[in-house]
Amino acid sequence: MASITIRDVTKSYAKMQVVHGVSLDFASGEFVVILGPSGCGKSTLLRMIAGLEDISGGTIAIDGTVVNKLEPRERGCAMVFQNYALYPHMSVSQNIGYSLKVSGVPAAERKQRIQAVARTLELEHLLDRKPMALSGGQRQRVAMGRAMIREPKVFLFDEPLSNLDAKLRVQMRSEIRKLHRRLAATSVFVTHDQVEAMTLADRLVVMNGGRVEQVGTPAEVYSRPASRFVATFVGAPAMNMLEGTVTLDGLSLLGDSRKLNVSRAGLPVGTKVAVGIRPESVRLVAAGTPGALEATVDLVEELGAGRVIYVDLDGAPFSVVTSETVHPVPGSTVGLQFAETDLHFFSSETGSRLDVFKASVREPAL
Amino acid sequence: MEKRVTFSRWTIGILFAVPQLLLIFTFFYWPAGQAVYWSLTLQQPWGGGNIWVGLDNFRSILSNADYWNSISASLIFAGISTGLAMFIALVLAALTDRQLAGSRFYRVVLIWPYGIAAPALALAFRFILAPEAGFMAVVNQVWPGFWDPGLDGADAMASIIVAFSWKYVGYNFIFFLAAFQAIPRSLIEAAAMDGSGVIRRFWDIQFPLITPTIFFLLVINITESFQDSFGIVDIMTSGGPANATNLMVYKIYSDGFKGLDYSGAAAQSIILMLLIIVLTIFQFRFIERRVHYR
Repeated sequence: MASITIRDVTKSYAKMQVVHGVSLDFASGEFVVILGPSGCGKSTLLRMIAGLEDISGGTIAIDGTVVNKLEPRERGCAMVFQNYALYPHMSVSQNIGYSLKVSGVPAAERKQRIQAVARTLELEHLLDRKPMALSGGQRQRVAMGRAMIREPKVFLFDEPLSNLDAKLRVQMRSEIRKLHRRLAATSVFVTHDQVEAMTLADRLVVMNGGRVEQVGTPAEVYSRPASRFVATFVGAPAMNMLEGTVTLDGLSLLGDSRKLNVSRAGLPVGTKVAVGIRPESVRLVAAGTPGALEATVDLVEELGAGRVIYVDLDGAPFSVVTSETVHPVPGSTVGLQFAETDLHFFSSETGSRLDVFKASVREPAL
Repeated sequence: MEKRVTFSRWTIGILFAVPQLLLIFTFFYWPAGQAVYWSLTLQQPWGGGNIWVGLDNFRSILSNADYWNSISASLIFAGISTGLAMFIALVLAALTDRQLAGSRFYRVVLIWPYGIAAPALALAFRFILAPEAGFMAVVNQVWPGFWDPGLDGADAMASIIVAFSWKYVGYNFIFFLAAFQAIPRSLIEAAAMDGSGVIRRFWDIQFPLITPTIFFLLVINITESFQDSFGIVDIMTSGGPANATNLMVYKIYSDGFKGLDYSGAAAQSIILMLLIIVLTIFQFRFIERRVHYR
């Protein structure tokens, strides 16, 4: 059990800076997921916590102790790697017990602890096998066991599920969650998969381009994205974004063809903004319904429980998720309705969230 | 699944193999067969037919103390030079793999020695190790007579071992480095997370994973130290002093072409071939068991 404090951490390679001044606080026992696209610096940050990467600037402290200069083994972290990184020449039990062997735990105790871990992870019948002879899920479990056996203060996961097939991934996800509930060790989990992130996290850190975009619970991040990037990155299908301009009486969308009647709360006329609406917040209504935006259906994706309907809104792509049994024909015209409260506004310039608008949709101007 | 080209008619396959088979037959099986035949006959020095003598050549060689001396010199040379060349190359490759300062420089530099012909490098080492003018002259200045490969058999042996090892360090280094770099970085990192230090990681993770390469190089180095040593011995010591560096491969040459004992030389080359075959079989039988193939 340990808290992690990250202060103004930067990372630069010879010519490139990949992490730009990240500050984060992870509470003891928390399950934190760092989410971001590939190349956003999330793995680098994790590896800096682990001690596998030098910290170019700032400090990382585990339980109040600055660990910048400590070797990985002195930091009390255990890590599960993306490709599992099992020692190919050792059996499962040797793999799991390696850290104990290195730290000089007597053979009898070692065996006992390996047994205990193997029981938890249902690996008992595989202890004598080599990693080569294991399936992907089993290898994953051995990698977990290797991290668990040391009873580390901090668990670090570097995209550990991305090499598994879809079904196994869901299963391992819930196992990791259960394991965390039982061990209650501080866990930092890095992934680019937002479903994984949403389901696992106590707290979500969204990163982009080496910076932290938002920190919050999965629900907060979903319902109040702090930036345009977070809004489009979290949620599938992605949030719809429409470009607009602040006008005297509200907001014009899509090059003046539609108007939103909103109070503009002091923003100067002519300010460019992006208006976001989640596909699942949009209601599909008959074309011509008063107050609805009209759009042409492009494509319908059947998901079984619902449908994703891709429409064309004056040239802008727009998607709607509906669980109603409507099957619009591609090419037909439909109406789109949504509540003002479901709209998100972002500055077109900086991408950050604007909470200044209260919106209501008006009849399309012409 | 590996893609393979298959031919519907076996004759086409044979046709493709013919050039290679022809080369192997012309330059290996035919001369080897000739050597076997000569070793069982007595060839006259000035030509003019040979007489079938059975195993007499072998009997006379194996009862000669000089020959046993040559065998033991060869084994000592093979053992020490292989050990030295492999150990130095292993250390250098391990350091290069850790990306220490200057690694890029000596990665290139270390590959050159293997490209140098044995007589050329032997000549260089003859100057370098010359007792009156080379590096060792400094030592001789302090302890007069400490180093003289022209007089002391052990010094001469050390000289050819150094020269041979120097050449094969480069060769071994390339293979070791490739083997180290084939080990996934994350394995080393995982071991570091498991609390293993640099030295411990080397012995627990890297060393076991490069054993296939170590084994391969062991076989090649030992084989080459019996065969590729000729040029070095010829230029540096000519087998002397007092036969101290008269390795088997050199003795074949000097007995055959200087002593004009063609039949005896043929018998010696058969023995050398058998010795290498036995050593190789031994390595495959007993050492390969300890190799972890991935």
